[in-house]
Order: sequence, then C-alpha cells, then structure tokens
Amino acid sequence: MSTTAPVNASDRPVENISSATVRLAGDSGDGMQLTGSQLTNTSALAGNDVATFPDFPAEIRAPRGTRAGVSGFQVQFASEDIFTPGDQLDTLVVMNPAAYITNIGDLRKGGTLVVNTDSFTDKDFRLADIEEDPLDDPDLENNYRVIKIGMTTLTRAAVEELELSTKIADRCKNFFAMGFIYWLYGRDLQPTLTFIEQKFGNKPEISGANERALKAGWNFGETTESALSTYHVTPAKLEPGTYRNIMGNQALALGCVTAARLSGKELFLGSYPITPASDILHELSRHKHFGVRTFQAEDEIAAVCSTIGAAFGGAMAITTSSGPGIALKGEAIGLGMILELPMIVINIQRGGPSTGLPTKTEQSDLYQAMYGRNGESPLPIIAPRSPSDCFRTAIEAWQIASKYMIPVLLLSDGYIANGAEPWLIPNAADLPEINIQHPGPREEDAEPFLPYLRNEDLARPWAIPGTKGLEHRIGGLEKQENTGNVSYDPDNHQRMCELRNEKVQKIAEFIPEQEVFGEQSGDVLVLSWGGTYGACVTAVTRCVSDGLSVGHAHLRHLCPFPRNLETILGNFKKVLIPELNLGQLNTIIRSEFLLEAETLNKVKGRPFTVTEIEAKFR
Amino acid sequence: MSTELPVLKPADFGSDQDVRWCPGCGDYSILAQMKKALAEQAFPREKTVFISGIGCSSRFPYYMNTYGMHSIHGRAPAFATGLKSVRPDLQVWVITGDGDSLSIGGNHLMHALRRNVDINIILFNNRIYGLTKGQYSPTSETGKVTKSTPMGSIDNPLTPLSVAMGCDGAFVARSIDVNIKHLGKTLLAAAAHKGASFVEVYQNCNIFNDGAFKYATDRETKTDNVLELEHGKPMIFGKDRDKGIRLNGITPEVVELGKGITEDDLLFHDEKASEPTLAFLLARMRQPEFPEPIGVFRSVDAPVYDDMLNSQIEAAREQKGTGELDALFNAGDTWEVS
Repeated sequence: MSTTAPVNASDRPVENISSATVRLAGDSGDGMQLTGSQLTNTSALAGNDVATFPDFPAEIRAPRGTRAGVSGFQVQFASEDIFTPGDQLDTLVVMNPAAYITNIGDLRKGGTLVVNTDSFTDKDFRLADIEEDPLDDPDLENNYRVIKIGMTTLTRAAVEELELSTKIADRCKNFFAMGFIYWLYGRDLQPTLTFIEQKFGNKPEISGANERALKAGWNFGETTESALSTYHVTPAKLEPGTYRNIMGNQALALGCVTAARLSGKELFLGSYPITPASDILHELSRHKHFGVRTFQAEDEIAAVCSTIGAAFGGAMAITTSSGPGIALKGEAIGLGMILELPMIVINIQRGGPSTGLPTKTEQSDLYQAMYGRNGESPLPIIAPRSPSDCFRTAIEAWQIASKYMIPVLLLSDGYIANGAEPWLIPNAADLPEINIQHPGPREEDAEPFLPYLRNEDLARPWAIPGTKGLEHRIGGLEKQENTGNVSYDPDNHQRMCELRNEKVQKIAEFIPEQEVFGEQSGDVLVLSWGGTYGACVTAVTRCVSDGLSVGHAHLRHLCPFPRNLETILGNFKKVLIPELNLGQLNTIIRSEFLLEAETLNKVKGRPFTVTEIEAKFR
Repeated sequence: MSTELPVLKPADFGSDQDVRWCPGCGDYSILAQMKKALAEQAFPREKTVFISGIGCSSRFPYYMNTYGMHSIHGRAPAFATGLKSVRPDLQVWVITGDGDSLSIGGNHLMHALRRNVDINIILFNNRIYGLTKGQYSPTSETGKVTKSTPMGSIDNPLTPLSVAMGCDGAFVARSIDVNIKHLGKTLLAAAAHKGASFVEVYQNCNIFNDGAFKYATDRETKTDNVLELEHGKPMIFGKDRDKGIRLNGITPEVVELGKGITEDDLLFHDEKASEPTLAFLLARMRQPEFPEPIGVFRSVDAPVYDDMLNSQIEAAREQKGTGELDALFNAGDTWEVS
C-alpha cells in the first residue's frame, strides 16, 4: 500500500537493540502527549512490550516556550518483558530550548538528541531563561548524536499546497517529529495514518496536513545525511493471546464495568472532575449501553453521597477522585462504613499536600486511606501495581465490597493512571461470576427483619428498597447490634466498633497469601506497594541475577495485610521499603509488626527509576 | 387472579421506634400528616424511601415504617439523587431543616432543584438551630439574639422559596405545621408532581424559638396574616375576606375590597405560569407588610433528571445493542502473540 512506509526499507545500517527509551518534549500545546501515545500504540502493535510515562504541567497552556510549560511523554519499548518506562533516555526529541534544558540531563551519554532548530531563536532562549544557544556547546556533539532539523520550516513546506494559515500548519510539526522517530525505529506509519483519518476525518485539510507532516518526517530521515543508522526492536515474547494497549484509568473503568456485569449489577459512578482521576468518568460515560450511569455531581461530597444512595438502591456504586477530593469525601466514607453498604472509593493519588502537584505522581495518601476518617473507621485498602493490573484490581475490590458489605478504598496513582502497557485480553466467559444475594420479601407474620444480623463473614444482609416486608432505616448514628435501631448503649457501641473492625480483619481470610518474588529468604526483602512495582521488580531481578540474596514482596492488600506477611518479613535479615512518600507504609509496618525496616523515600512527583532502587544494594 | 392491595392506615406507616422530639414540637404534626398522606396516596410502602440529613427534622426517617436513611449534614439531596438515578421506581422523600438545607447543604439543594430530580424535598423551617441548642439559622431574622449572637445576628436571612425559585424549582409550595388539612393537601400535591418538589413548612420550635410563626397560626391573627393561594383564584385574605393583593406597576400592594375595588382588580394566582415571576413576587411577600402566602406557588412540568438519565441508557442500547464484554475488551487496536 502506497501510504505505508515499509518497515526498515532504508538502505542504512539497522542496529538490532533489545529496548529503547524515547522521550518527546515540547511546549504543552505542541501535542507531545498525542505523539507519545501514537508511538506507544504503534510499538505495541509491532509486538513490543511497552511502558509509558506521560509528564505534563498542571496548566493547560502555561506561557509558551517557558520551562513551566514543558510537556513530556516517555515510552520504553522492548523485545523483553519490561515493567518501567525506562530510567535513562536513548532518544530525546526537544521542540524548544525550554524542553532541552529541562530534559537533557536524562539523556544517556551516546544517546540521540533530535532538535527542532527553528525554535532555537534568541526569543526562545529568553523565554526559556537561558543565556546562549545550548546547541553551540562544543561538548554536545561529543556526548550525544545530535540531529538538528528545522521542523517548523520543513512542516510548512510539506503542507504548503493546502494553503493553510501558518498557525495551523505549525500545529502539525509534532507529526513531523513523529514521522522522523518512526523512521528511526522502523515503525509502521499505517496505524497513525488510520488514527489521523479517524480523528480529523471531518476536517480534511487538517487530516491532510497531519498526514503530509508525518510522511515528511519519515522521508526526511530517509534522505538526510545526519542519521547514521536506524534501530530495530524485535517483538517481545509475551504470553500467547490477544493484546491491546491499555492505560491505568481505562483499565479501572473496564474492570468496574466487568465487575458489575459479573455480579449481575448495573454500575453507578458518582464523580466530580479532578486530575488525574477524570479519565475514569470520561471512559465510563461512554459505556451507557452496559447500563452504566455516570453522575457528574456538583462537588466531591455530592459525588460520594450519590454513590452511597445508589448502593442503598442495590447498584454497584463507585466514586472516583484524587487526594484532595478524598479529603472532602471523608465524612461520607465514614457513613458508608457504618451503614455497611458495598461500594468502591477510587483514589488516583497525586502529589500533595493540599492542591500539591496535580499532574504528578505520589503514594502519599496511604495514611489518609488508613486513618483519614473520624472515629474507629477501618476500611479495606487495595492497590493496583500497573496500568493493566487495574482491571483485576477493580474486580477484586468489588468482590470484597459485596462479600463483606463495606466500602473498599482503591489506591491507584497518577503514574499508573496515565501510563500504558500491553494487556492480555481475557475471555469474558472465563471470568468468574460474583455471587450477590439480596434477601427476598418477608411475610407479614414472619420473624422481624434484622438489618444488622451478621453472617459468618460478619457481613449484614443487603436488603434493597422495593423488597416487601424488609422496610428498615439506616443511618450514621450508632446502631444496636442485629436490629440496627439507634442505640446509645455504651457496651453496644464498644461491641459494634469491635465487630466492624473484626470484619475488616476477617478479609485476610479471603484475600490470597502474599507471594515473594526472587529469594524466599535471605538478606533483604524489598517490600513495596502500588505503582512502584515495575521499578522494584526490575531492580530485584537484576540483583538476583547478579547473585545477591534479595526477595521482593509487592503488596496488593494494605488493609488487612495478607495473613502470611509477618512470616515473610521474618525470613529476611533486613526489609527495605521504597515508597513515593516519606515513609507511610514503613510506619504502618512498624506499628503492626514492631519491625524496624530500612526506607527509601522520594517525593519529587516522579516515579522511582530502577537505578535508584538498585543503588540500595550496590 | 386479582390481587387485592391491602389498604394501609396512617399507623401502618409509623415505625416501632419511640419518637424523641421535644413535647410540643411542630415536627409531630408534620409526621402525622405525612403518615396520613402516604396512606391516602396508597403508593407501596416498600417503595417509599425517606432520606434526611442532620438536625431535629432529620430524625424523621427513623419514625417511618418505610425504607430510610439518616445521612450526613446537608447532603440528603445528593443521596436521594444517587438512589433515584438507579431506582426511578421508588418514591423518594428528602426531609431537611433550614440549617441542613440552606447552610451546610445549600449547594446540594440548589443542584437537586436545577436538575429536577424526581424527589420530594420537605424543608422544616423553624428559623433556629434546635439540635445544637439554639444558635441562629440562615432563616433567622436579622437582629436575632441567640447564644452565638448575644448582640443580635447581623446576617440577612434567606427566603427558602426564593432560593428554590432561583434554582428554577418546578414545584414550589409552602405550608404550616399546625394547619393540618392544608399541610396534608400540600404533601399530596408534592408527591403527585413529577420532578423535584420543594415544600417549605413553617415549623414551631417550642424550646428555642417558640412562637416564630405565631402570627400565622394564632386563631385571632392568622386569617389576616396568611394568604392561601388557590390556582385561578383571586388573592383574597382576611377574617372577613375583605382584603386582597393588587399589582401596582410591578409591586404588589394590599387593598381593601369594596370602595370601587372588586375581585377583578386583584391578582389571580397562576401556579402554571411558565415564568416564575409571579411565584417569586409572592415568595417575597412578608409580614408585617403583607400576608404570607401558603399553598402551591409554582407547579409546572419540566424535563426530569432521572427520566433523561435512563432514556440515555435506553438510547445507547438501541444504538449499540446491550453491551458485550468481549467487544468492550477487544475495542481498538489489538494484536496476537502466539
């Protein structure tokens, strides 16, 4: 097909490599996120394993050309299983001096630097707050393979025939950059050409311009003298099956739709837009034909309250937010806890405290999840470890919530939410049903209905309005055991607090035992949770293959802990807890097991690199 | 086979819990009228839900033998919205007070009304904080001396009906706790209305604000101080029904009938008017300049939130078919690994 540039059709030498880490950096209006996600999808379709790290400012359009406005998208694609978007960059594309100055430090020595020289003018230097042209640095060419391209000029020339305004023509230069990178890594243009057609098809001049810019970028690589060789990353040996690329928030949404279907429920989402959680609301609002009802509430509090209302009505109800929103929801989550209704509260953690770093990642809401409500208010906490893992985490959260009649807190983070990786697509028929029973109607002369009578799991019955004879009242006041009537009796209050706590602890009987990767006993156990999985498992793999005595326990359940965790902790001389906070899991582990662990803490709004973890062992 | 619906009596709507309001509280009367109204409308008891926030009035659900939820302060409309979104088959009542709905919960009241969720919001207005023992409320008159305002409150009070009208409330009414026939009739009208119904009930707190509505309940003064609205009827009031409301320009005025003024010169009530102008004007009429209107100020049809939400679900299913998980999983670009 004439529109498809053949893979590695170039005459130039092709270097086979096992993985590549590429970062595209430019102004927040330059379309770097789109470019990066296209490169990711195309690489995934080529059979590579992929992991991504989008990194963008909180402002939609920060002042043009400034360092604050730099938006980046990093992707690692590999012929082997990878778990992180890569530490050091093999290739860095910079669209302006601000992107250069804020990213060059991450490019490995000998790496490829692709520069849009048209944006390296005196004005651009002023905006980026730098004195002189960094490209004049004589060491630059010694340290990196530098490819200077006048992308703006070349893009304008490529779209000239379409007679577009300069402004619109210049918007296509990210496609030019993309085309060049596709050439460099032998990527197929077709998936992106199809994307352009689908996204801009109703604006032929825009789709035509983007298509031309993309091809011009490829052709520039093909004809230029500057690139000596291109690269080829062979497909990864992943588990057989059908794959697609998936982002964390998307996987959470799909997991919730699936959990609802598996339990014969319709899904209700009460949510208020907040970064980085809003994409779950966007995704779920597209699936109305699954009976998904999304409610964009007037605020965070209404979002969680509507969720509790829907749970009372018998729906699978969830609410999604991030740290500051969860803070607002705290009182209502406590109500959900004492009402003993099932629901999922999803927190896509971001940099805190307060508004903090809205678009950056952090794991600093663990204390909030554990202790962030008034009174004795324990709740189960579950955390996915990667974008695709969000799917099964959502299903598991609903299993726990519905089995134990309790709100489950699900702690994801910005890194998982916006990151992408291949997902081995399950067969719907293979997924286990989630069995939920509602008590049926009661005869007039039958025994009175006891809304707080507990089963062997200490769960109460989920009696829903509309069921004859089960009329009952629930509320935030302490209730009498079994009857649920308001009770101020001191002994009853103690008993109910203990029961609710015991119920949470009993969940340990349901969740699987903790598994240990690497050494099962020995010198050091790396104990991690949530989005740091990739960096930790990669570091431990390297250490183990170098003969170091290291094991890795990655916690999925943070409350209650897996029942064998204490034994595992005792099998190692030392425990290392790496966290993207100032030691929250460490404090909880210490209070639970009286164990003094070593910590590795980082709160820079960025994930761990593998090197940072590995350095603890070298 | 025909199934005979059992006829429920008002007492069947009462729970077995002891009612714990202060003796003499206006809430007792509202509770009694609610039970009567529910028995009269004969909607299935198991499909009736009462949701409240926090405050004296919000204990209401505990005393009803229906489904109920005593939620958190100010948020009852949000719980009700979530419930009604997934269970449009239920009749959902929100019981709230002036503090609950107009202070801490103002936001949720506003949005439930503007969305026009099919719920019935009953606001017990006693113009005081009762459960926290007597601080002034957002409907307390300026200058109110309370524990928290020893020199008198300096806040301008809200008029609940003006708030409701400002949110485009499609059903807006007012009644009085001890005016039992009128209250029962108003509750039934609220229940019958499709969409958000808002009813303010003047309610006496005999402990912290006794006599706040004495002018409207005293046998001697009430007919001069209260104007009972009736759709299509002229606005006449007074013990001898000799006074009326006339429009002077765009300002209402009290006139005496006779002396050349006839009923035809008076304002006629039109609760169906598409614009809420008249209803808003009536909501602004206050003692002592005017008699305070009770009854249905506004009752118009408007698109209902939960109807529209569920129509979108139906429309999506018609367009795309009922969702299949495998199709959902495999959407977009996929690739095979063998």
